Amino acid sequence: MTALLHKGAEGFLARFEGLKERLPGDRHIREQAAAAFRAAGLPTIRDEAWKYTNLRPVAEASFYEPLTPLADCSDLLARLPLLDSPRLLFVDGRFREDVSVLPSRISVENFAEVADFGILARPEREPLVALNTMLVEDGAVIAVPDGVDAGMLQLISVGTDAPGRPVAFHPRHLIRLGRGTRMTLVEMSGGEGTYLHNPVLEIHVDEGATLIHVRLQDESPSAYHLSTLYAQIAEGATYDSFALILGGRVTRTEVHARLAGSNGATHLNGAQLLGGTQHADFTTVVSHDAPNCASRQTVKNVLTGRSRGVFQGKIEVARGAQKTDGYQMNQALLLSPDAEIDSKPQLEIYADDVKCSHGATVGSLMPSSYFMCAAAAFPNPRRGRSWCAPS
Amino acid sequence: MLDIRNLTAEIDGKAILRGIDLTIPQGEVHAIMGPNGSGKSTLSYVLSGREGYEVSGEVQFDGHDLLALEPEERAAAGLFLAFQYPVELPGVGNANFMRTALNALRRARGEPELDAVQFLMLARAELKRLHMPDDLLKRNVNVGFSGGEKKRNEILQMAILRPKLAILDETDSGLDIDALRIVADGVNALRGPDFTALIITHYQRLLDHIVPDRVHVLAGGRIVRSGGPELAHELEAKGYVGLTSAAEAA
Repeated sequence: MTALLHKGAEGFLARFEGLKERLPGDRHIREQAAAAFRAAGLPTIRDEAWKYTNLRPVAEASFYEPLTPLADCSDLLARLPLLDSPRLLFVDGRFREDVSVLPSRISVENFAEVADFGILARPEREPLVALNTMLVEDGAVIAVPDGVDAGMLQLISVGTDAPGRPVAFHPRHLIRLGRGTRMTLVEMSGGEGTYLHNPVLEIHVDEGATLIHVRLQDESPSAYHLSTLYAQIAEGATYDSFALILGGRVTRTEVHARLAGSNGATHLNGAQLLGGTQHADFTTVVSHDAPNCASRQTVKNVLTGRSRGVFQGKIEVARGAQKTDGYQMNQALLLSPDAEIDSKPQLEIYADDVKCSHGATVGSLMPSSYFMCAAAAFPNPRRGRSWCAPS
Repeated sequence: MLDIRNLTAEIDGKAILRGIDLTIPQGEVHAIMGPNGSGKSTLSYVLSGREGYEVSGEVQFDGHDLLALEPEERAAAGLFLAFQYPVELPGVGNANFMRTALNALRRARGEPELDAVQFLMLARAELKRLHMPDDLLKRNVNVGFSGGEKKRNEILQMAILRPKLAILDETDSGLDIDALRIVADGVNALRGPDFTALIITHYQRLLDHIVPDRVHVLAGGRIVRSGGPELAHELEAKGYVGLTSAAEAA
């Protein structure tokens, strides 16, 4: 078996060397990603895009290949607020048909079989996307045919506990909404124990289509969740997302949304409710490549204990993207003296007839407001996060 | 229901309560009267668990060691404080605020929580009973409320929560006679074997509308006299002067 235990980036590269004969799909794509990852390594705080999020705990850990594709995960599933609609369930990154409920009217394939890497991901620019591209084994490849109202689909990830043997998984999901389609995608991530969940999602919203994407990240308290999402929004299409970030030890939710056709719209909203020593990073890049598009972002943080929230939001307006309407707001409520928020808005505007704004607020609760809520029996957020959690 | 033994409280080294003994049997309404600075509001804050006081003594509340509980635990156990100056909570909807409070109590009582629709039905029924407008629920908690509206809102919250013990801290201050009647009607409507109340007030006026079982006079951080409802009238006629000097001499 493994004679020498590699850590961090080396461990992942060693795993790729051992696995590459068996991994599905285009070898060339994987080799290129491996070369990019070998050159870049895991991001460090010296990288501007990772200035506020330190991946040292990931770099210093050794992760193993998941071994439990048939593990019983009913206990873990019971903790997630599952809805009564079709669901695609992944355990440690691998599709589990036995506990999934397949949708009708939508085409669903497994990455393990079709190995579709998509076209939007940029492994050469994002080391974690390179890591995903190099090691991805499975994922959902979803296509909604033109004109179909696909209703609701749940995409669920569960990480299992393997004491002393933390696993890493890198699922790759590709979602294509055809012209004039609609879908509500409910994504949930949870689990138990220590693991690394490093998903990449690629989303295409074609002309006139609408995707509502609701994301619940409620990973185990000792888990790492580093997700990267690329969305391409065509003419007259809408990508409307809300992410609720509750779990994990160190997490990053990174979204790249490109408004590629005129009159498109995107909402990238989020809420991060953190306690203890949790660290959560919400990073977005909205590219306005076409005129008359609107983007809206409101990201709220409620931080207790020694937790730390990060918001990095960039709006890029290309030369021809006139009449762009971009708005970004980051708000943080700090409920303890040791909580921290880092907020970094960035605007890059190359068109001259645009409306772009950003704002940030940071504050704490006044003692009188606090007592008013306590006297009304609200659970104390200093002793947990339930005060702010959805009820 | 409430049993206070030798309760003292100080703030910044200054003694405010100097040994309070008070028992309120279940189902009774007691009033505490007293001059400015006698410790009336401090008593309500200490009982509801506000931070910042050095407290000693013993308080039993419905089988709980009250002083050992956090403020939210006291509230969940059935203690309700109607604030002298209700706090504005911008951005927090009144209906959401009250539903969160009610569900915390229901969880503590082992009852199922109410969803938004169930809660609105209950809240609207209470509003109707108390002759209050529906839009009270739609506004942010106390934001832009008049003095009278804030007090009505406290009474509405009390009616919805159905506490075991309600402490009304100078709920009558700043109220006109109509608002006073609404407050009094709200309290009287809840009176019964399962409802106990401690009414803290400056004036006898409120006690014309809510007739207490017992009246206690707080002066210099101690209860210096207790009596029936007629004591309130005596105080109104004679003032606190004699009592205050008695307390200082003691």
